Amino acid sequence: MLLGKVIGTVVTCEVYDGLAGVPMLVVQPLTKAQQPKGESIVCADATQMAGPDELVYYEGGREAALALRETFVPVDHTIVGIVDGVHLAAENMEE
Amino acid sequence: MLIGQVAGEIFSTINHPVLDNWRLLVVDRLDETGAPTGGYLIALAAVDAGVGQRVLVLDEGNGARQVLADPTAPVRSVVVGVVDSVDLA
Repeated sequence: MLLGKVIGTVVTCEVYDGLAGVPMLVVQPLTKAQQPKGESIVCADATQMAGPDELVYYEGGREAALALRETFVPVDHTIVGIVDGVHLAAENMEE
Repeated sequence: MLIGQVAGEIFSTINHPVLDNWRLLVVDRLDETGAPTGGYLIALAAVDAGVGQRVLVLDEGNGARQVLADPTAPVRSVVVGVVDSVDLA
């Protein structure tokens, strides 16, 4: 799992079977010090509660689909939690 | 599996139910010499590891689901050991 920040929402008009009603959010991957790293991705949202500007963590790969109600669906990244806080040892804060 | 160093912890109340009651650790990836590679991952703590410790991280879904004893757990990374030392030939 990695940290990400929700930077937008995706509205779909037609989706593959099993993905109806699953929120899709644009997520910017972050380093552990919460700096943007790499290109943004679209994540399904298993919490059904994440929104723009929220700090989340997401799972990638086959496990991404397992987080959803329908587990045999074509997704590659899924938000599995909303972050309340990240506590890092002091030497990890810069970057 | 890979060797990492625990950099911190993540706290979350709204999360997938499978993740309830598990500590989430921020783990820096280390190379074989113990130097950080720059990457990190968030892993469940299946053993009692704390900040600063070097740990063994399983980064594979089937093994992770076995650790959680849940065939549908959406989890790939689990801390499965604390490393005492690494000896290279």
